[in-house]
Amino acid sequence: MYHYNDFDAAFVAERNRQFRAQVERRIDGSLTEDEFKPLRLMNGLYLQLHAYMLRVAIPYGSLDAAKLRQLAYLAERFDKGYGHFTTRTNIQYNWPTLSDVPDMLDALAEVEMHAIQTSGNTIRNVTSDHFAGAAADEIEDPRPVAELIRQWSTDHPEFQFLPRKFKIAVIASDTDRAVMKSHDVGLRIVEHDGERGFEVWIGGGMGRTPMVAKRLRDFLPRADLLPYLEAILATYNRIGRRDNKYKARVKITVHENGLDEIRAQVEDEFPRRRAVFGGEDQALLAEITGAFAPPAFKTSDPAPYFAARDADPVFRAWSDTNVTPHRAPGYGSVTISLKAHGATPGDASADQMRLVADLGETYGHNDIRVTHAQNLVLPHVPLADIPAVHAALKTLGLATGNIGLASDIIACPGMDYCALATARSIPVAQGIATRLEELKIEHEVGHLQIKISGCINACGHHHVGHIGILGLDRAGVENYQITLGGDPSETTAIGTRTGPGFAYDEIVPAIERLIFAYLGLRQSEEETFLEAFNRIGMAPFKAALYDAEARAYAAE
Amino acid sequence: MSRDFTPKVITANALIEGDVIYFTADNGWTRHLCEAEVLTDEADADLRLLQAQAQPHLTVGVYLADVAPGATGPEPTHFREDFRRKGPSNLFHGKQADGLAHVQARAGD
Repeated sequence: MYHYNDFDAAFVAERNRQFRAQVERRIDGSLTEDEFKPLRLMNGLYLQLHAYMLRVAIPYGSLDAAKLRQLAYLAERFDKGYGHFTTRTNIQYNWPTLSDVPDMLDALAEVEMHAIQTSGNTIRNVTSDHFAGAAADEIEDPRPVAELIRQWSTDHPEFQFLPRKFKIAVIASDTDRAVMKSHDVGLRIVEHDGERGFEVWIGGGMGRTPMVAKRLRDFLPRADLLPYLEAILATYNRIGRRDNKYKARVKITVHENGLDEIRAQVEDEFPRRRAVFGGEDQALLAEITGAFAPPAFKTSDPAPYFAARDADPVFRAWSDTNVTPHRAPGYGSVTISLKAHGATPGDASADQMRLVADLGETYGHNDIRVTHAQNLVLPHVPLADIPAVHAALKTLGLATGNIGLASDIIACPGMDYCALATARSIPVAQGIATRLEELKIEHEVGHLQIKISGCINACGHHHVGHIGILGLDRAGVENYQITLGGDPSETTAIGTRTGPGFAYDEIVPAIERLIFAYLGLRQSEEETFLEAFNRIGMAPFKAALYDAEARAYAAE
Repeated sequence: MSRDFTPKVITANALIEGDVIYFTADNGWTRHLCEAEVLTDEADADLRLLQAQAQPHLTVGVYLADVAPGATGPEPTHFREDFRRKGPSNLFHGKQADGLAHVQARAGD
């Protein structure tokens, strides 16, 4: 875990001091809302449907016990006792008052956190693999590079007024657990002829015009990262469209100019940028890398883990879905589901956060992660301790064994909270998960990712859901469009619309019909929903959704 | 009263709490839609909107929202305004919880 140096601490303290004064001037009438709004957005403060919302950055989703306990404190002291983990691995508080926000930011600074650049047309929170440092298939921990990018991009004077927001993800394995190709820039750490560097992807994104990122560079030497990123950002800053908000993301810049033209302009700018980097960034990266040294993994007998699997079918089922193999022998990564059936995806109470903090500290080398799928992870837990972790999680409703299953649903806040939403998402997720639990079929169904967005901006990643659901306002009524065949993994794909949308009270039965159709169509239990869809195509699923006979059959 | 004008209320968010508020006939703000001034004339609505916008130290984002007359006062015509009136559907927070306290306080008067 990186710890702030004096510069970081002074910078955050100064920003907090400035924002406190700005809030005071807004309240005493010296600043109008038009003047204040860009200032509050620079500090992650939105005004939503029912209240203000503070979005706190969790860089590359990494937390420790002290940070998570402070997030719990904020939830209890300034909110209604809970927080909402988002698809960008941040946390949002739904109910702060304007006058409390400066105190919240000071409380965050105590644990080296802030809300800077969680909004606005800047480089946003850098995301990464939630199993970074633990995954058996990574070539190195991608977080030092993510931290380097965080430091470089924070308050970077040239990139505070980009045409639109800009999101960067960093991974270091063939398997993509960070939806890297849906980012404005995706970086994959690779090795060529014994040298480490980056594969650079550009122009991915969701929103109203979903696009899969394109490969800009096959291999970028490690030391060239920041000058090359500056060349990309400078190119985008210069030619990205500012005349139309909906055409301002870099995916449109790449689409309209063509990848070759973008590459030519970036490569043209690159030498000028490289010339002014004197190697300080590499010295800094070396320093940062030291802060992410792997924990001292213990050798312990994993026998208790296997004994618990044999003895307790509930533990066995949970560990089948929620425990992932670790690169260190005798260890596992534990994913803690924030998707109890019927609960709000991504919500955690202050008590739940404190429990996870305690477990991370006691059993998990004080390392805790947030996933883009809105769950928490203890990346490093000795297998022998996992039965104790599971027992503790059960006490606060955190032991749901559904990671990767159909009820592990991504859902944006939707119209229950968000001012931009056109329909609700949370109750749809709750309805689907509750129905799956009634039917007791999700283990039989297996790997299935359902993702729900409450508007076209696609915060709920519906475009890359195996089943995607998009909530819209159709003539003053909530209406839900379904897409099938989206894929968030390294084989990224955008889903295809099935046809007309469904009313609010029709959407859960429609998803149920799709799932039963899949069970009838799959070649074997091993063939996943996505594999079955890719093999047989849309037609039979469409029939299940829209065919009156299929409806009658499902109603029996 | 013009024939084609949909009745409206003026609504905004409170500056400090961010809570949904409605403009009242006595130039104040209420947390409860049932206490809002209903505007049935377009020219009057435009004027009242300007008057409501003249209180930026109390409000953010003042606008006119469609309503329909109901038994206990104006009712929202769009589901977004209905959610703004009630609060979120996943948790008993916001107006629905505050409103309960409001009703109980009134009953105790």
